[in-house]
Amino acid sequence: MVLKESLLRIRKSAPSVRRSLLRLVKRPEFGALTGAVVLFVFFSIVSDVFLQPSSFVTVLYGSSIIGIMAVGVTLLMIGGEVDLSAGVAVTASALTSALISTHYSINVWVGVVMGLMFALLVGFVNGILFVKTKLPSFIVTLSTFLMLTGANLALTRIIAGSVSSPSVAGLPGYASAQAVFASTIHIGSVNVSVTVFMWIALVIIGNWVLRHTHVGNWIFASGGDVRAARASGVPVDKVKIGLFMGVAFCAWLAAMHTLFAFNVIQSGEGIGNEFLYIIAAIIGGTLMTGGYGSVIGAAIGAFIFGMANKGIVYAGWEPDWFKFFLGAVLLLAVLVNLYVRKQSEKRS
Amino acid sequence: MSKRSWLIVTIALLLGLLGGFVWGNNKSSTKTETSTKRLKISVITHAGPGDTFWDIVRKGSEAAAKHDNVDLQFVSDPDGSRQAQLVQQAIDAKVDGIAVTLSKADAMKDVVVKAQKAGIPVVAINGGVDLAKELGITFIGQEDYNAGKAVGEKLKAMGIQNPICIIHEQGNVGLEARCQAIIDVLPNTKRLYVPGTDMTQTKSQITAELQTQTDADAIVGTGAQYSVTAQKVVDELGKTKQITVGSFDLSSEVTQEIIDGKVAFTVDQQPYLQGYQAVDALWLNKNGLFKLGGGQPVATGPAIITKADAATVLQYAKDGIR
Repeated sequence: MVLKESLLRIRKSAPSVRRSLLRLVKRPEFGALTGAVVLFVFFSIVSDVFLQPSSFVTVLYGSSIIGIMAVGVTLLMIGGEVDLSAGVAVTASALTSALISTHYSINVWVGVVMGLMFALLVGFVNGILFVKTKLPSFIVTLSTFLMLTGANLALTRIIAGSVSSPSVAGLPGYASAQAVFASTIHIGSVNVSVTVFMWIALVIIGNWVLRHTHVGNWIFASGGDVRAARASGVPVDKVKIGLFMGVAFCAWLAAMHTLFAFNVIQSGEGIGNEFLYIIAAIIGGTLMTGGYGSVIGAAIGAFIFGMANKGIVYAGWEPDWFKFFLGAVLLLAVLVNLYVRKQSEKRS
Repeated sequence: MSKRSWLIVTIALLLGLLGGFVWGNNKSSTKTETSTKRLKISVITHAGPGDTFWDIVRKGSEAAAKHDNVDLQFVSDPDGSRQAQLVQQAIDAKVDGIAVTLSKADAMKDVVVKAQKAGIPVVAINGGVDLAKELGITFIGQEDYNAGKAVGEKLKAMGIQNPICIIHEQGNVGLEARCQAIIDVLPNTKRLYVPGTDMTQTKSQITAELQTQTDADAIVGTGAQYSVTAQKVVDELGKTKQITVGSFDLSSEVTQEIIDGKVAFTVDQQPYLQGYQAVDALWLNKNGLFKLGGGQPVATGPAIITKADAATVLQYAKDGIR
């Protein structure tokens, strides 16, 4: 096949070129990158609007909404755990900010800080429950997911008397909060949402922490082999609690964007999104078993999600097919990732 | 897995994707009845998957698209922010007209203004008449508050005092308005929220509610299929003498039940007409700058359908256009 031939060609080429090419192919992101290129070319051909700058910016926006959460979720998955409450945590954090700000008619920035505190609390609770009970993170976060879902609905009804929070527009501090969390930045002929920049910044920071700090080593170790990690002195419990709080921090960012972009939060939203973040991480090469993965891969995974989600509409297809398409892309990406890893292991 | 199996699976997936694309693109080659320039129109609603009401709207849009030589894209998302993104995509694709529902008013407002600024004509259908008025765009539909008021008055005339109003879609301002109007007429009305996309869950919740609210004397679904489910529950609980079942919107099932006397009435907002006019009003705007309604909302309802008129409507309901 093409891959085998190119790997053979790599073997025959000069040693230093061969070494660097082989290193590229061995990286966990290679499968995702291939998938992204294929999808980009595919949609460029089937849709006449996909390549327009304004369409591309829309794709980036859709990718960034998933991508911001995917960074935190990927780090957690590399650390060996999963967080099913990630989707509703975004809604819960946004509701906290919205309900506090509107109920007391105070500066929205107080609400913003309260939203952060609440999100970090949820992350801490997930982490401490996991560490103390020693139950699988799937079970722990499944419970917090259910509790948050119910609390979102019930508390909103008690405080605001309806299924959505009152609008925060017009409260003091709104203009500055909107500028920080939900503005668009004019570049050339297009308007790029600030979420894209948040996403890129998170990816750079996340990748740097993972690959260039001892904390990153701790994360790989905690996900790869907990006992060996503990024996080497890695503070596994603290790392895992920290990772859950990392997901919570990303949830707060996503929440603040949603709040200041749309002013009103529906208390029932967010359910189902937790799987989209996990999908982005897996497409990017992160394993469900932990100990292996990439933040950059997850960013590519989020980008693939955005391209598939938007591309289908730009191509004029029936949007009903979207989930089918996403599942097929996920399967393809995982197969390619597996194949590439097997091939590169053979040749190392 | 052997190398050949990898190959087969990968090729099968790729062929599947390619086939989907080819199939998806082979739809709009119907003969049209007009010689005006082919227009691209996007109808973007807040429909959740499996909601039969929107199938009727879609049939209307497709009929108009056939008559007016229109390339129709009919998409939806029940999540407000995602519905807004779909509108953004229509703007990116530089379509000739956009029809939206404004039931999730806060999420949709900014992007509709963007569409207007981009010079794309926008009409609103079905929900969000207040925002439509504020933005100065044509609204085609039923003002939900009026529909709710009609139902409230009908229930009052029937001597009902403790109705239950079922809302199947969170955050839908139209459904909330319908129930609010009933509450304004009959203050003891209770709201019941059910997960509209899951009928089994919906049925259990209605059952639980009717078992708890022992003095309930009527139950009204804000969507036809939910009223049909409510009627099943009332039947199973043996409370058909005590509880009157009412509905909003038509379906062939609910029409049959009105004929059979199981459901007392429904309110028809003629969704086929909303879908049809969504496309046709935009076509008229592009071919003569006509503004349907002249600045006023165009009403497609409410019309109360009782046993007397149900029989005449039944065939059309079965055809999926009423």
